[in-house]
Amino acid sequence: MSATTTDVRSLTYVQAFNEAVRQCMEADDSVFCAGEDVGAFGGVFGSFAGLQARFGERRVVDTPISEQAIIGLGVGSAVSGLRPIVDIMFMDFLLVALDQVVNQAAKLKYMFGGKATLPLTITTAGGGGLSAAAQHSQSLEAILCHIPGLKVVYPSNAYDMKGLMVSCIREDNPTVMVKHKRLLGAKGPVPEECYAIPLGVAEVKRPGRDVTVVAFGRMVDESMRAAKRLAEDGIEVEVIDPRTLQPLDSATIVESAKRTNRIVVVHEAVRFGGLGAEIAAQIQEEAFDYLDAPVGRVAAPFSPVPFSPVLEQAYLPDADRIAAAVRSTLQRA
Amino acid sequence: MDPTPDVLRDLHRRMVRIRLFEEAAGRLAEAAKLPGFLHLYVGEEAVASGVCAHLSDADRITSTHRGHGHLVAKGGRFAPMMAELMGKATGYCNGKGGSMHISSLELGMLGANGIVGAGSPIAVGAAFASKYRADGTVAVAFFGDGSTNIGAFHEAANMACALKLPAVFVCENNEYGEFTPRSKTMAITDIVDRAAGYGMPGVIVDGMDVVAVHEAAGEAIARARAGEGPSLVEAKTYRFFNHHGVQNLGLKYRSDDEVAQWRQRDPISLLEQRVLADGSLTQADLDATWADGRAEIDDAIAFAEASPFPDPASLLADVYTETLR
Repeated sequence: MSATTTDVRSLTYVQAFNEAVRQCMEADDSVFCAGEDVGAFGGVFGSFAGLQARFGERRVVDTPISEQAIIGLGVGSAVSGLRPIVDIMFMDFLLVALDQVVNQAAKLKYMFGGKATLPLTITTAGGGGLSAAAQHSQSLEAILCHIPGLKVVYPSNAYDMKGLMVSCIREDNPTVMVKHKRLLGAKGPVPEECYAIPLGVAEVKRPGRDVTVVAFGRMVDESMRAAKRLAEDGIEVEVIDPRTLQPLDSATIVESAKRTNRIVVVHEAVRFGGLGAEIAAQIQEEAFDYLDAPVGRVAAPFSPVPFSPVLEQAYLPDADRIAAAVRSTLQRA
Repeated sequence: MDPTPDVLRDLHRRMVRIRLFEEAAGRLAEAAKLPGFLHLYVGEEAVASGVCAHLSDADRITSTHRGHGHLVAKGGRFAPMMAELMGKATGYCNGKGGSMHISSLELGMLGANGIVGAGSPIAVGAAFASKYRADGTVAVAFFGDGSTNIGAFHEAANMACALKLPAVFVCENNEYGEFTPRSKTMAITDIVDRAAGYGMPGVIVDGMDVVAVHEAAGEAIARARAGEGPSLVEAKTYRFFNHHGVQNLGLKYRSDDEVAQWRQRDPISLLEQRVLADGSLTQADLDATWADGRAEIDDAIAFAEASPFPDPASLLADVYTETLR
């Protein structure tokens, strides 16, 4: 990247997504988009705005509300040599198509002895905070990360969105790109050139010596807010954004934990069986002797996502809860 | 128009090769030489053969859990097929797929599939690629009567029609979804009734008559190639062996009489009677095809048995593709 400041525009997270798709489609005719309302309407979040006008109905395809067939369209066209981007409007709806994602897309290459290539990008929108209730707010990334053959990407800001989406489209494996719905309008500097951020590489958002906080998606902002507040009390938090959840950049996380000796993992998904459980397990395997406290987890309680704004606020992790978890970790001898 | 002797010889050869491969696989399974599940295509040979005779390697098919016949009909070689069934490194899938995932992308065979109904949406994607490239290729989804009770089939049929893709849906109606008769799982007699709901033509064909299958499939495939959209072909057929394995008599879910009646309409015998009666092929022609197939199967078994198992170090290979750009 060339992050020379003066001429870098500010784009929203969703504009950055759109620009990545557009530039990749301009560069490669085998790239196409398909999904519900992606055509003239431009996608429910504006993710695909203007693309059908630019590339036509051949390459930006409105589909029926048929999640299994949408993923199947991606799987079949990818093994046939195209580079599909198929959109599942809400992450919750991926469950409708899980056979095509898990039993087909993720496994064909292996089952066929390596002879298939699946350059398939599945895009979707996850996360809560919009009072969208239990079927339009879930964070299901742990389910996807559990499946060998899939890659899972979850950007926390506009710059990462563009670079990671470019990598997803260029990837020769089935990849799920999760957009967080509360970040769609979040602005940040995004260079105009088509740049790629490699998958599987975490970013240290903020260096710190006292505690490591691992967070992704919208929880990065909340963790940075907590870190800023804690810094006022002299507590230096290192915030790591893995950016890609599968493959996870475990080395960066473990190295940080060995330095700070304390680690808290944050996610919007429910605590039980979430990414935090996996990271905690890896930390105890790789850095047990370095720990001064148990691995902390800040996550949603074990319930569906509630509708009422008051209940949802009580449900979702935030900077206050992250700061409290960090302080609690530091209180251990 | 009656098929030429060359076409008849080709159809006969495809069916005989499937029969010989499947019977050999059955014998090996009974001798406990094949690990895992085995779903044999014996009895249904006319369907895959009649359809695939119209396809080139560039045309793509999706298959079912009963997929050996589709691969043979698409040109699959016995040696890597048998090696795959034995879990050997020299198999089509390097021993990682087995019977239920046998595939050959270079032959346009996008895999047998262990999930009933899952092939049809993938065929939609393959047909989309054909239309996207405008290269004149088509995609054929093979599936059973049982899979038309699954949502994936309906989503695929609707999407293929909505997008007017060069796809052909070929239903092998063998009257049983695993061990339950069709009459208990749907309120219609003919799967073809479902075609109208998606706006595509549908035709019923005698699935034991390879010439009839060949003719009906030819029309559907020509229609797809001409850009006129999908069709459904329902072939009424029967599996001579059990849902899995080889036992075919003495089971409670269908009567021995029923099996015996269907076996009297053996698709290979029917074709042989026809070509001998009308003089389009000679007994010597037919004998030569059987002899070639037997020699190939003997060689394939020897090859597969002599082949090494995969190196355990290959366990983690090919979970992902290394992306080079």
